[in-house]
Amino acid sequence: MKIGVFICYCGENIGRTVDCAKVAEVCATLSGVVHSEAYKYMCSDPGQNLIKQAIKEKNLDAVVVGSCSPHMHEKTFRKAVSSAGINPFMVEIANLREHCSWIHDDIPSATHKAIDLIRIAVEKVKFNEPLTTIRVPVTKRALVIGGGISGIQSALDIANAGFEVVLVEKEPSIGGHMSQLSETFPTLDCSQCILTPRMVEVYQHPKIKLYSFSEIENVQGFVGNFKVTIKKKARYIKDEVCTGCGLCVQKCPIKKNALNEFEEGLATRPAVYVPFPQAVPNIPVIDSTICTYFKTGKCQMCKKVCGRDAIDFEQKDQLITVDVGAIIAATGYKLYTIDKKPDNSIYKGYGEYGYGKYKNVVNGLQFERIASASGPTSGEILRPSDHKEPKKIVFIQCVGSRDESKGFSYCSKICCMYTAKHAMLYKHKVHDGEAYVFYMDIRSGGKMYEEFVRRAIEEDGVKYIRGRVSKIYEENGKLIVKGEDTIAGMKVEIDADMVVLATAMIAQQEAPRLSQLLGIPYDKHGYMQEVHPKLRPVETASAGVFLAGACHSPRDIPESVAMASAAAAKSLVLFGSDVLEREPVVAKVNETNCAGCFYCQKVCAYNAIETKEVRDKMGNLIKTIAYVNSGLCQGCGTCNAVCPSKSVELIGFKDDQLFAEINALSDFYYQ
Amino acid sequence: MSHKKIDPVIQDIIDLTGQDPALCYQCGKCSAGCPVRDFTETPPNRVVRYVQLGFYDKAFESPSIWLCAGCLTCSSRCPQEFELARFMDALREIAVKKGKKISEKKVEKFHKAFLKQIENNGRSFELGLLIDYKLKTMDLFQDMDVAPATLLRGKLGFFPHQIKGKDKIKRMFNKAQGEDK
Amino acid sequence: MEFGYYPGCSLSGTAKEFDKSLKAVLKVLDVNLLEIQNWSCCGASSAHVTNHLLSVALPVRNIIEAKKQGLNEIVAPCAACYNRLVSAQHEMKLDEKLRTKIEDLVEEKYQGSAEVYNLIQLFQKTGLEEIKSKKKADLSDIKVACYYGCLLVRPHSLANFDDAEDPVSMEEIVTATGAKPLDWNFKTECCGAAHSIAHKDIVLKLSKNILDDAIRNGADVIVTACPMCHSNLDMRQWSIVRSDKDFKSIPVLYLSQLIGLALGLNKKELGIDLHFISVDPVLAKVKEEAVA
Repeated sequence: MKIGVFICYCGENIGRTVDCAKVAEVCATLSGVVHSEAYKYMCSDPGQNLIKQAIKEKNLDAVVVGSCSPHMHEKTFRKAVSSAGINPFMVEIANLREHCSWIHDDIPSATHKAIDLIRIAVEKVKFNEPLTTIRVPVTKRALVIGGGISGIQSALDIANAGFEVVLVEKEPSIGGHMSQLSETFPTLDCSQCILTPRMVEVYQHPKIKLYSFSEIENVQGFVGNFKVTIKKKARYIKDEVCTGCGLCVQKCPIKKNALNEFEEGLATRPAVYVPFPQAVPNIPVIDSTICTYFKTGKCQMCKKVCGRDAIDFEQKDQLITVDVGAIIAATGYKLYTIDKKPDNSIYKGYGEYGYGKYKNVVNGLQFERIASASGPTSGEILRPSDHKEPKKIVFIQCVGSRDESKGFSYCSKICCMYTAKHAMLYKHKVHDGEAYVFYMDIRSGGKMYEEFVRRAIEEDGVKYIRGRVSKIYEENGKLIVKGEDTIAGMKVEIDADMVVLATAMIAQQEAPRLSQLLGIPYDKHGYMQEVHPKLRPVETASAGVFLAGACHSPRDIPESVAMASAAAAKSLVLFGSDVLEREPVVAKVNETNCAGCFYCQKVCAYNAIETKEVRDKMGNLIKTIAYVNSGLCQGCGTCNAVCPSKSVELIGFKDDQLFAEINALSDFYYQ
Repeated sequence: MSHKKIDPVIQDIIDLTGQDPALCYQCGKCSAGCPVRDFTETPPNRVVRYVQLGFYDKAFESPSIWLCAGCLTCSSRCPQEFELARFMDALREIAVKKGKKISEKKVEKFHKAFLKQIENNGRSFELGLLIDYKLKTMDLFQDMDVAPATLLRGKLGFFPHQIKGKDKIKRMFNKAQGEDK
Repeated sequence: MEFGYYPGCSLSGTAKEFDKSLKAVLKVLDVNLLEIQNWSCCGASSAHVTNHLLSVALPVRNIIEAKKQGLNEIVAPCAACYNRLVSAQHEMKLDEKLRTKIEDLVEEKYQGSAEVYNLIQLFQKTGLEEIKSKKKADLSDIKVACYYGCLLVRPHSLANFDDAEDPVSMEEIVTATGAKPLDWNFKTECCGAAHSIAHKDIVLKLSKNILDDAIRNGADVIVTACPMCHSNLDMRQWSIVRSDKDFKSIPVLYLSQLIGLALGLNKKELGIDLHFISVDPVLAKVKEEAVA
């Protein structure tokens, strides 16, 4: 075999610590190597041309490149050799950067190591075989998990491109947190007015199948070929016949036993309820934890008044399986709850602010409901305790954000903007009211955002105080807020009528569980992890699974919408071809050796081991052996590790290849 | 690998408290909750700021460090978990060691008098403490309103308690306090 | 039940009614206290305010003495002593270099920490049911403002037995005595602490704020578990009363004294006669326990 060795300086990255010229010189003397050179940037066009030229001139059979990590340019070099006429899998990359120059300081030792690395790659490539890429079909249907503004955007983009979308939402209605907002910054558009048309569009779209009040039960398969099980939770109402007339909701006698989740606990709701009037779908749900029928078997008022016989107390959760090619996670966020929590909770809460103790201390979403025309106070700013109009409201930013001790180290990004918005909405509705904002910094980096905050200060007279609040307590019906203005160096104490806390944005509680089902990493806060923070912000380590919206990190609506469209675009890239090419680094069973013990099947995480019957010429069964479905196999090599008879090998990392590497290394040391 | 170059004064503070004052991001929550805030022109967050900026004497000479009551409200509410009360302790100790101007002399003299009693007797001897303190500060007539009542109730013993091992305690003081006696 | 006992300097001097009432109550509850022999001052505020090594060495000396005497569970009724003992042990656990230095200062080997309990934890250990079952007086007319002060509940990482912002453990004990605990705002606000002598004006202002809030919320009495707080709220209240004609005084009791009243002990046994502000208005509300 004739092997060519190409060492890359990688500019300074490798060249600074590894003497590339020396490496090329020494490697020229290795057995089998007929060409050896070093170049500044192997991945560049001229660099690749050097490789192609050498292949043609010296009739090379295989190529070893000493460069950066294969994650960066393995594809580049494979393509290069392929265009010069040799099989792309006759290339081996020796990582001289991440495994050598970037982690060592001493030039002679690093050079010595680099030579080692090339040497073992050369010995390995002698055992390489030409391989062909595996082609798998692509299911051109997308799954979007989460029906908030991000999920809605992704679903519409993909559906409008002509592909089917399955949209799964865990709440009874789509819309997410955006449907709870009163107005949005920086335009002060009515949130529901701009959202509900999209919600209806989703519901009516011929290409979108909506499963509301449903959750993801299981995910199997891989990019282009996912099999997802959806659990459609029982509403106890037949959605095919319900017309959304609302009579059951009206007549339900259990009116005050449950806090209304949509109203963030500021109002109650009946046992059978629709979350909000513009809900999509407009089909109620029966809360079996408080419904009389489920507790005692009596009542059934809803059933009596329903003109369509839509109530079905016997309804069970349903499991539905769908085949999809791409999955978009758009599960959004929730707000940090800061009332006292039990001891074993990781959230310690903010006792000093009295949230949960004093009714008039509310959080951001609760204030949105108070300000909202469809909210518990019909849009009038009234305090929860006595429904009187507050004349002084104090807004406190950074409650739980940027807080190592009781919260999270990160900044929640949206609070500066929505606090300014809240203060402005309050001033617009209560002209003689006084609004105070306690802040540490103002983060208003979006388009027209800084101007929005200045408007609050300059036009609406909101008083911004730079400093934090230490404690809030109640005296004679007023909330005494003890704060500090660090710029003036003065204590600031305000007797407020109401306090609004901008609490941190956190990941949904079920996000870690969903991440595990999808096979994607998530950080310590539960936020789903992207592949590369700069250049691949919507893709995950699991090919075919994309992220949209606040499930990735705190963000506002325009960013969520942009990210959702990006995730949709990535899915459409997948759907753009009929087949997906997969690397042929898969397991293969030696049919002669295999005894059919199926240890491999037991350990395979991807259910890629199937059975195959071996018969003689007469059709008699000789044995049943293991068989690898190369479409499902992910090349992890676990089967190879457990097989007692060494009958299953990993193509591209076969035993002879790996032993060649090990032998080469030990030879070198014993020289 | 840290790229910080640490000033010797800061290093002293880190040695005593285990924390770098750079942790403080000047949010002011400590000052907002400090019970002695009204008695000083320099709120606690500003004392930290002086140290962060290198104006050490302004910190050492501020009355705030002596007025600190050690109530730990600041430390328990700080979002960065910066133990401000301990930082104040360190500033006082270093200020005395370096002979800086002490802006609340009576407070410092009180603590000195208190520790003297322990050094001599092993336990606090209030009468001895009061006499020592009043002589040091020449503040002879304060507390004269409660003194008779206290004596009558038998709350002020005329003699210190006696314990064994007083010599060990004296040695402990000598070693710990070193040159700043 | 038996515990090691670290009275601290205050309980042996200006706060002797605290010591007296505690011992009287524990006698009724059948709990034995073994005083650590040759205990010395914990350093209180003055040590940590001026010298870090002393502030650890002084409490540690007492832990070592206690353990040598076979006492592994220590009760420190004074909140400041409790806080110093627990903090010093914590530092010894975390910092090996410090441990060596301290052992050199104390001239003894440190054999590890002991369990240190404050007044509230002590009664949680002896059991609230015990108090309820041995009640001899009816305190249901008495409205109590429980004052924790600073050092019982802070810092939360060390004094990890109750919430630092809205503690309820003392209220639970007060409820067991039959008296009615109130909700009020200054439960954990500082009284001025050691500034009592050198900066009396701070104590007068801060203590008045606390007294005002207790009175405003309808309290008949303030109950505390710290001798420094008691002195500031009781002895210094005398000055406040004399300087402000409109100020309505309010008596201040130690938690052990309140429990003692519930258990039927009298004024003298509980040292209530040693207070500055008269406790008579509260004593008048103590009724005979109705026989069931």
